[in-house]
Amino acid sequence: MIQEIISYMVGILLIVGAIFSLAAAIGLLRLPDLYTRMHAASKAGTLGAGFGFLAIALASMEGSVILRAFAGFVFLLLTAPISAHLLARAAYFAGYKPAPVTKVDEMDPK
Amino acid sequence: MTLLLISVLLALTWAAITGTFSLGNLILGFVVGGASLWVIRLQVGQAQILRKLPKIISLALLFLYELILSAFKVLVLVLSPNMHKKLQPAIIAFPLRAKTDAEITLLANLITLTPGTLSVDVSPDRSSLYVHALEMPDKKKMIKDIANGFEAKIIEVFEP
Repeated sequence: MIQEIISYMVGILLIVGAIFSLAAAIGLLRLPDLYTRMHAASKAGTLGAGFGFLAIALASMEGSVILRAFAGFVFLLLTAPISAHLLARAAYFAGYKPAPVTKVDEMDPK
Repeated sequence: MTLLLISVLLALTWAAITGTFSLGNLILGFVVGGASLWVIRLQVGQAQILRKLPKIISLALLFLYELILSAFKVLVLVLSPNMHKKLQPAIIAFPLRAKTDAEITLLANLITLTPGTLSVDVSPDRSSLYVHALEMPDKKKMIKDIANGFEAKIIEVFEP
């Protein structure tokens, strides 16, 4: 019984994670410029992977696997924003201007 | 003392990642963690971690909540058919109250993972953080939200 409930929960977590990852991918395709795309990749992508880790932890129910899934999630939280930030910063200084829909750009030194 | 505690935590993290809790592996983790701490010893302050624990946990919970909210907002935005009408991106300068490197780094990271905002750069004089927003109906409100939310909590965690 418990085993069945757990496997349903694992399935739900995996589906939710997959939906967020899909949203990240669609965002990469649909959004107009690199800066807005980084929003999709860094947030929805991180949470999608996070649900995946949670599902792994729940499915295994082993201390070492749970700890490793948790550590994986924490490292993802630490690294995803840094890479998004570095990409955005590098793109800005390489001269990629934000898309024309952008309302204000206070970084622009003019 | 604090450094010793951090070394033990690092050893446990090491064991967690490698997946084996044998004595040899824990000692190896302790040595690697200690060596890494020695490399960055000048940057590691003597923060009292244990006393700050409730505030750290409160910050972590706020952060997890905001992360889920922000991913959900991105999900709704990219799936809506009239996305290009809703989209109002902007880069604004957020005036920083946080002063130290650690505080600014943490704030920039948290901002990137929370609703509609992404850190792009810190101004050379470290007085403001340039933030890219997906939708920015009201600039003053957005700055106030960050200042009263994450920045206030981060300063609480880091102040002596």
